Amino acid sequence: MRLVVDLNRCQGYAQCAFLAPDVFAMHGDEGLLYDPQAEEAQRERVAQAAAACPVQAILVDDLDRVATSSATAPSGAGGGTSDG
Amino acid sequence: MADTALDQLKRSGRIVVVGASLAGLRAAEVMREKGFAGSLTLIGDEPHEPYDRPPLSKQVLLGKADAERTLLPRRRDIDAAWRLGVAATGLDMAARTVKLADGEEVPYDRLLIATGVRARPWPNEVEAELAGVFTLRTREDGAGLARALAAGPRRVLVIGAGFTGSEIASACRERGLEVTVAERGNGPLVGALGGVIGAVAAELQRENGVDLRTGISVTALEGDSTGRVRAAHLSDGTTLECDVVVVGLGAQRNTEWLAGSGLGAGPRGIACDAGCRAFDLRGIVTDDIYVAGDVARSPHALFGYQFLSLEHWGNAVAQAETAAHNMMSESTDRRPHLWVPAFWSSQFGVNIKSVGVPSMGTEIMITQGSRSERRFTGVYGYQGRVIGAVTFDNGRWLQFYEKQIESTAPFPPPFTTVDRRPDGQRPIPADFPDPSVPTHGPTITLSGYSPAERRIATFTPAGH
Ligand SMILES: Cc1cc2nc3c(=O)[nH]c(=O)nc-3n(C[C@H](O)[C@H](O)[C@H](O)COP(=O)(O)OP(=O)(O)OC[C@H]3O[C@@H](n4cnc5c(N)ncnc54)[C@H](O)[C@@H]3O)c2cc1C
Ligand code: SF4
Repeated sequence: MRLVVDLNRCQGYAQCAFLAPDVFAMHGDEGLLYDPQAEEAQRERVAQAAAACPVQAILVDDLDRVATSSATAPSGAGGGTSDG
Repeated sequence: MADTALDQLKRSGRIVVVGASLAGLRAAEVMREKGFAGSLTLIGDEPHEPYDRPPLSKQVLLGKADAERTLLPRRRDIDAAWRLGVAATGLDMAARTVKLADGEEVPYDRLLIATGVRARPWPNEVEAELAGVFTLRTREDGAGLARALAAGPRRVLVIGAGFTGSEIASACRERGLEVTVAERGNGPLVGALGGVIGAVAAELQRENGVDLRTGISVTALEGDSTGRVRAAHLSDGTTLECDVVVVGLGAQRNTEWLAGSGLGAGPRGIACDAGCRAFDLRGIVTDDIYVAGDVARSPHALFGYQFLSLEHWGNAVAQAETAAHNMMSESTDRRPHLWVPAFWSSQFGVNIKSVGVPSMGTEIMITQGSRSERRFTGVYGYQGRVIGAVTFDNGRWLQFYEKQIESTAPFPPPFTTVDRRPDGQRPIPADFPDPSVPTHGPTITLSGYSPAERRIATFTPAGH
């Protein structure tokens, strides 16, 4: 399972390190180190960590699909969408 | 409603992305999200799916992650034709085709260029080929360097104390390895953050046992009879024995493949308008060629419309999103890339973050905390306004200053802040090196000519 943390956004709240300590660990007071390709067995915990991150800085393969609002099948119709 | 050209493009157009890394991937995802149903081709000269680079100088060198395992997660399925392991070698703007190294020509209706940068190599080719000499940009570089560090070298030499060089030195110390850092400027990170912060970074390195040598350049590398590096010769006449050398001299933009194409591409990157559309050589904006990420240089309204080249992860993502949005929009729905630059680095256990363009700052004020505690916020001022900020283990303040930058708030800040210390009562000169005297590669390069600004000259970091 692939994951990436947007460390510009991350505020070092350590919520993820608390929920999935085998994948996320604090390094110093504020820095975060994580395993970018965690074992599949960690998926449940990583999903919890991603959901619980106060600034939503964690992106995990597949889990985030629901988050992409209009990510339905491309329709091709109705040009000029200006969302985003 | 009539079937517009945009409708046609979205339904059955051909989009080609050159550069299959962070910016290319994120742009492709956004195009699909915006309803692009045509053919999407991603061309990348690396043989890998898009992977993340920041871990290569952090987790990977600490032995906490594998260089082969930093593939980027996907936001969605992009249903793309991948052409990996083959470089784009040419662009025909009139015929709208991209030429590949294997001879194939790939036609496009819209093209996104996201070819990024590569590590600036050690200038002496024979010395650069010695075993034990590394640069750090790719997965292979990361894997090789991690292996070399794990083998327990007697001394590592890092040439250049920019962010990457400093992170490498930090990883060495954490692994208990002896490391020397040779920096031509007067401190680490000075190109990006100035001399005041550079002095803090220098103390941080020395406290952590780095043999930091500033004002020094490496004049030659020496190999043994088996072709392994064994020593470096320094500009002060001394010789340093070392069995691993990491060249951290900044980056070069991957634009050579566009030579002769007529696109406004050169060593400083590819110039584009605020909407990510590339300029041609004549300074005329193209309709169908877009740029994003490290290879782009684009004007920014918040920073006097100077052209910014940002080697920042967050910029690659944000600019890719904007470029993709604009590629899928009517001209009135396009939006400018107005991302406020933001960067993070982690070294010697300290989380360093910055926003805005510190290197435009002439003054700095320590508004919170204290440098001696290695926990503080520094705010940069330029012509009476807040232009950038840096934090050492004080990241929670950054968002506030980002708003200050966006709203062109006055500098020095007219209010007092919590945790203000005696050394933060007044601004002091930020002490950036003269931009015409290159140090290591800065992560933000200002270029282009602004008549109002004489201090910041056109600046391309030269070889060491
Ligand atoms: C070791 C390291 C640590 C970093 N740490 C941080 C950090 O802490 N914080 C931060 O903000 N940023 C950091 N960065 C910077 C960040 O990784 C970059 O900003 C980001 O990778 C830029 O993405 P990009 O897609 O624009 O370019 P790149 O990632 O450079 O990708 C460009 C791709 O295009 C390919 N390409 C080039 N020419 C051609 C061609 N002719 N044909 C086909 N393909 C081509 C390249 O091989 C590459 O795969 C770090 C970078 C490195 C190397
Ligand atoms: S929970 Fe979110 S903000 Fe906190 S450390 Fe983890 S990624 Fe960072």
